[in-house]
Amino acid sequence: MGLVPGLIKGLGVTGGTMLRTIFPDGWKKPIPNPVKGAETVQYPHEKEAPPARARGVIALHEENCTACMLCARECPDWCIYIEGHKEKAPPRRAGGKPRKVNAIDRFDIDFALCMFCGICVDVCPFDALFWSPEYEFSEPRIADLLHDKSRLSEWMETVPEFEPYEAGSEAKVKKVPAT
Amino acid sequence: MSASLNILGELSYWQQTGIRVGAGLAAVLLIAGTLVYLHLFKLVSFMQSRLGPMEAGPFGSLQLLAEVGKFLQKEDIFPRKADRFVFAAAPFVVLMSTFLLVVVVPGGPDAWFIDTELGIYLAMAVSSVSVIGILMAGWGSASKYSMLGGLRATGQLIAYELPLILAVIGVVIQAGTMNMQGIVFAQAEGSIFGWGGIGNPYILTQGVAFLIFMVAMQAELTQAPFDMPIAESELVSGYMTEYSGMRFLLFFIGEFATAGVFSAIAAVLFLGGWSVPGIDPNDNIMNVLGPVVMLVKIVGLTFVVFWARFTFPRFREDQLQRLAWKVLIPLALANIVVTGILKVAF
Repeated sequence: MGLVPGLIKGLGVTGGTMLRTIFPDGWKKPIPNPVKGAETVQYPHEKEAPPARARGVIALHEENCTACMLCARECPDWCIYIEGHKEKAPPRRAGGKPRKVNAIDRFDIDFALCMFCGICVDVCPFDALFWSPEYEFSEPRIADLLHDKSRLSEWMETVPEFEPYEAGSEAKVKKVPAT
Repeated sequence: MSASLNILGELSYWQQTGIRVGAGLAAVLLIAGTLVYLHLFKLVSFMQSRLGPMEAGPFGSLQLLAEVGKFLQKEDIFPRKADRFVFAAAPFVVLMSTFLLVVVVPGGPDAWFIDTELGIYLAMAVSSVSVIGILMAGWGSASKYSMLGGLRATGQLIAYELPLILAVIGVVIQAGTMNMQGIVFAQAEGSIFGWGGIGNPYILTQGVAFLIFMVAMQAELTQAPFDMPIAESELVSGYMTEYSGMRFLLFFIGEFATAGVFSAIAAVLFLGGWSVPGIDPNDNIMNVLGPVVMLVKIVGLTFVVFWARFTFPRFREDQLQRLAWKVLIPLALANIVVTGILKVAF
């Protein structure tokens, strides 16, 4: 493409976008209505529904957590704090020895440090961590961004139901997580 | 002689001066505000499929006041090693050149600030003063980014001053006068092959000069794609890097007011200025209608400037100089020669 046609085409792209934004209904109904034509939404007044698998905030399913510390170790920002203790649990079979299980005392994620990489969700072998699409959790005080385990458990309510994989993807998926 | 001039003529010198200074201030600030809101805030947002400011006032119309208020609150910071006087004076030099430019633009048969035979010559001379202000800002900041930006700006503005002036010469030859009013009347009373229905706006006969003028004007305003001097991705903000608060605001006003004033000059030179086809240019109604017509033409021409600004990526320094020296200046010289020959021939 020559120089001048290229320049004119470039002007056409921006000018065309402008006209589409101002007149979203086309030339049959030329009423300026940029609020409808713009791709953006005016956030505090109207909200976009985030996609189901959006990475908003990390939720904790407390019963599944064994305090194995894998997430805390893999976290690039070291923003996960876990403390736990051993507990006796009833034996699996009658007459057996009581089992020793880990119970968590503290599970905090500092979202002021978190960079939302999702490695903790990936490495969790017991499906205790989930992505929630909820994104409105800003705080006036930075200390309040440290979510403790009760707060993280509350986010579980916003975690969407597991969407089944597409047909034919079973061959590639080693283990389909159960929610 | 119409009524408005008589009223003005009865006033004493200082009263006339006061009115002119007030009108000049209003013209510069209102045009700058209109352009920033209409083009920088709104039309450019629409080009990017977004809405721009919507919160302050209806459709964000008071956003500009909020921005000005924000800038006025900010601390006026001087870098420690800055040349304080030069640093402080630079924005005023730039703004002064804008205010002196607006003086030559006529708005009607009697609605003018000064009516001098030098007209466009004065405008071209005054417009180069801003180079000194920009160089002062670049040097006075004692910062390498500002220095580089200032030097780039100087090289660019001097290079594009030439095609700008050479493009104007074609119009001056055709109109036979450098008086801005004379150029408007020459277009309003001109005729195309004997048909005088729309006069003879010089964009028809001086189309090449108009294109050169618009390109050179874009470069003079340091708007993208000619924004090497303030290239934000390499020079932070060029010669404006160290400025904050009020002085940055002055640069900002200067930038957009100059865009409006240059568009006004282009409208006078090529689009027939304040005249309207079908209305006698000496009619008194033109003193009211003329400024409105000028405003419409200014908005139209600056729209083209901002359209190009938000469409094209930045020139490299050598491409920018090559365009000026190897394309625009020879083209402008050829335009002068052809215009001169045709002027003598017809």
